[in-house]
Amino acid sequence: MSDELNREAAVAAADETAAADVPTMTLREAIQSAIDENEVILFMKGVPDAPACGFSARAVSALEHVGKPFAAVNILPDPRIREELSAISGWPTIPQLFVSGELIGGADIITEMYEDGELYDTLGVERPVAAAPIDAGAESQPLKIENRLS
Amino acid sequence: MASETQDVEATEIKTRIEAGIPGCRATVTGDGHHFQAVVEGPMFGGISRVAQHKLVYDVFGDELGDRIHALALKTKATED
Repeated sequence: MSDELNREAAVAAADETAAADVPTMTLREAIQSAIDENEVILFMKGVPDAPACGFSARAVSALEHVGKPFAAVNILPDPRIREELSAISGWPTIPQLFVSGELIGGADIITEMYEDGELYDTLGVERPVAAAPIDAGAESQPLKIENRLS
Repeated sequence: MASETQDVEATEIKTRIEAGIPGCRATVTGDGHHFQAVVEGPMFGGISRVAQHKLVYDVFGDELGDRIHALALKTKATED
């Protein structure tokens, strides 16, 4: 719930600041405070329900699979959001995922971390129990022979 | 026509990555705007994934997201 509110607040803050045509530092500060105030925040093209780019869609999908609520900022409404974000992070592309104020990476890193399970640790979510290998299951069961002779 | 353009563009990306990060080896495919790159080298050892990808992004600067619309990247640390 509060993450949902934070998400909206972050989007609103970035939009308002951009629309008001205020000095550049203020937009940068708004972005920085969105990063600081949201434990997990994704800067993306489009919104989580309708990503506007395949890379952003991959990032959203990984986060949703892990099941961690996250704030999201759509960078498309104003090109300055992206310029200022990249100036803060030193990262040129979108999406960008921040956890506890730290840049985790873009779509490739998020996907890689999801695939090897590291994303669960980073987001403080318990990793799902891996499905038991088929062989182990078979071995643990005593051999059963069905009597078809009678 | 299309394939000739592809080859030139992907080759340019590969050449620039390998020139920009001495000692690495890059494999690049792409369609002229969207590229996939696998970059391997010892310089990626012991640094975070973010730092690894930044090394490669720094080769292109402002061209990323502009002239090079998208670069899907995988970096691997190799033994020196």
